[in-house]
This record gives sequence, structure tokens and C-alpha cells, in this order.
Amino acid sequence: MVPFGGWDMPVEYSGIVNEHMAVRERAGMFDVSHMGQIEIAGSQALDAVQRISCNDASKLAVGQAQYSGLLTPEGTFVDDLLVYRLASSHFMLVVNASHIATDYAYIAEGIKPAGDAVAVDCSARYALIAVQGPKALAIIQPLTGVDLASMKYYWFAHGEFAGVRGTVSRTGYTGEDGFEIFVPPQQADKVWLALMQSGQPFDMIPCGLGARDTLRLEAAMRLHGNDIDTTTTVLEADLGWIVGWKKADFVGADVLRAQKAAGVPRKIVGIEMVERGIARGGYEMFAGDVRVGAVTSGTQTPYLKKAIGMGYVTVAHSAIGTELEIDIRGRRVKARVVAMPFYKRAT
Amino acid sequence: MAYPAGLKYTKDHEWIDADAGSGKVGITDYAQQQLGDVVYIELPEVGAKLKAGQSFGTIESVKAVSELYAPVAGEVIEVNTSLKDKPEVVNADPHGSWMIVLKFSDPSEVDTLLDASQYDDLVK
Repeated sequence: MVPFGGWDMPVEYSGIVNEHMAVRERAGMFDVSHMGQIEIAGSQALDAVQRISCNDASKLAVGQAQYSGLLTPEGTFVDDLLVYRLASSHFMLVVNASHIATDYAYIAEGIKPAGDAVAVDCSARYALIAVQGPKALAIIQPLTGVDLASMKYYWFAHGEFAGVRGTVSRTGYTGEDGFEIFVPPQQADKVWLALMQSGQPFDMIPCGLGARDTLRLEAAMRLHGNDIDTTTTVLEADLGWIVGWKKADFVGADVLRAQKAAGVPRKIVGIEMVERGIARGGYEMFAGDVRVGAVTSGTQTPYLKKAIGMGYVTVAHSAIGTELEIDIRGRRVKARVVAMPFYKRAT
Repeated sequence: MAYPAGLKYTKDHEWIDADAGSGKVGITDYAQQQLGDVVYIELPEVGAKLKAGQSFGTIESVKAVSELYAPVAGEVIEVNTSLKDKPEVVNADPHGSWMIVLKFSDPSEVDTLLDASQYDDLVK
């Protein structure tokens, strides 16, 4: 167990490789109750969300979710999040555990000009269970009346799960098909145990933070605190698709529009080791003798069985195929810029 | 897993299987459990001279990097190169997976290391 955002969480149950492979090949279940939920409601809720979230929430139908960012005025990440439209004037923001207090303060202040809208930290009202992998649907479906097969990616619905009232979304942080189920914490154990039982014929196993990290890295999903933070802009993180460019205004808009017009000085790239070695967060990257950037995440991935990573490099060295060297504890090891995601599931 | 009585152990979780003037060195079951799935091992060249407690290589699991430390002073006279392609055997058989053979500078140093029951107490 390790401390994580104020929670004690398991890094692994049966081993990172075992858990990682279970998700890619069958199914794995994660307790991600540490994630925070901040709800915004009121007649001006949409306007409120539009101000503090960089994506365009007006595009969301009720029952739909989107990936977005809470930005600084410099266009960098206070946090990344999912925005769920629960009702036309009621949104739920799912944020990272370690930033709940910061995010809440930021949101409460940022939505003031919108008028009739209030933000409430509802994190204590939700436990969150993620079932991920090709067998996730078959495992959850017997426990709920919600028609999961007809649910599209990044949509959600309310219903009962093993007799417990909750909400399920077709979302996840693994690059695999899967669902996340919000239930009241008091009854979360009942849902967890029912899912474990339903998952047994499929050899579903519980998974910890370690596999969550290797899975998301193979899928090239950014981790706040590693790959994105208050020093990296949305465009440098190559996440321009989460910006609502046509929106009137939002925090960070001016800088991002200017950066979009002028081009970014550096950007995130995927890297793969060419020589033996594993790049880890913080290792510096070189082109010849010139330092061109640093690794933000890296590991040996269980499914692809390659040493991969992400990091920021100057734009001149960001083209796919560019050869770089990574300083691994004083030794220069060859790596290459590759396309992301590293892993994409067959559809 | 029981700690074999024939081995000597360090507080840094290495074991040494010592003969008269030399011994095989590996990491303990406790160490491999703490590391989790081992994916990479970097070992020294034959001929490297090590002080007691000096790093002779690194071992990486999916989640972390750890140094490997020489239990006693000596010269590396053999390296288990098969671990390069099969690092995961360290998880499956930690006390059977030797990494290097050290020729001792001072064989009496080995006596100062922990025996199996002392090591077992340390990691309990």
C-alpha cells in the first residue's frame, strides 16, 4: 500500500504484469474511489462550466461526457478532468484526487461571474469502480438493467448495479473498452463483490495503481503531475482537441490562441528505446551534445514488451523517427521518437 | 519462501553463496517481492573491482529502479549474462538466480554477514 492523494492504495494485487495483461486480454477491476467529484448546478451552470473548463461543454448532450482541462491564465494545467452533463443545468466534474481542494477553490472562484450556479465538492458521495478490458461489458451486464451494448464511448446512464443505485459511463484510463461505475461508498463493497463474482468465469482480477499507470502509458494518456502540469500548455501536451476554440472565452484562451497561431516551442512526443535501457520520468534527452528535453513518464510495458515513454522536446526534434539519446543514470542510451498512442485496441 | 541456510545475507537484501575464495551473488526473495516484476538487469564487466557495499549494477522492475550492492569486497570473475534476456527468473527463483561471482579480497568479510535466521528476522 502507498499513500496516494490522501488515500492508502495498493500498487499491485497479484503483480503489475499479470494485472496489465488481464486488462488487455480479459478484464481487470480498479477501485478508483479516490477520484474527486465536483458538481456544478444552477440556471447558469453551462456558462459556469464554459468559463473554467477548456473544452466546449455546450456540445455535450445530457448523458454524455468529455475530457477537458482546468487551466491557468497561461494555458497550462491546474488539472485534467472529465465533464459529465447530468442534466441540462447540472454537471459533474471528475478530477484527480490530489487536486480536489485546489480544483474546488479554483472552480468556486472562476464561476462567480456566471451568476446563478454553485459548485459543490461531492467527492465523499461517490465510490468509483472501473471495470476495464474486452470482457468488461459481459461482466457488468448481468448485474444491471442499463443496456451497456448500446452505450457509446464517453456516454453514461443511471441505473442499478447489483441492486445499488448508481451511474455507469463507458470511460476508462487503460486504452481498453470498459466502464466506470459511480455508487454510494456505503454500498460499494456490495457492488465490488458482485462484480468479482460475475468476473470470475472471465478470470477478471483486481488491479492496482501500478497497472493503471502502465496501461494508461501504453495508451498515451497523460498523467497530471507527470506529463501535464502548470508548466505545460494544452498545445505543448498535444491536446488541442480538448480546446473549445469557438467558445467566447475561458481561462487560458488568449495564450492558447496566440500559441496556436505562432506554433509551440516544444511538444510532447512518444519515445521508444532503441538500445537497452528504460527511460524514467525526469531523465534528460539529448540530440548530440544539446539537451532537447526531458522524459515525463517511462517504463517497460508489459503488453508491448518495449521500453517506452513520453516527454517534451523542442519542436525541431519532435518529428517521428528523430533519433535522441536519453541520459540513463549517467549513460547515454539511444531512443527514437515514435507515434502515439503506443497501443491502440483493435475495433 | 525460506531463506536457504547455506547462504549469507546483507541488510541491502543481497545473498552470497560463498566457497573458499569466491561466491555467487544474487538478491533475496524479499527484495524481488518488493521490486515486483523484474524487467531489466544491468551487470558489470568481468574484472570490475568492488568495495564492500559498492554498487555493481542495477535491477529494474516495471515500477522502480534499484541498485545492486556488493556484499563484500572483491573482483568480478564471472557474470550471469543469461539474465539479460530472462530477467524475470529473478522473480521465479531469486535464490537460484546468481548475478555475479565475486573473488573475495578478504574471505573473512563473509563471516560478518547475516545468516539465514538473522536475515529472516530482519525482513519479518
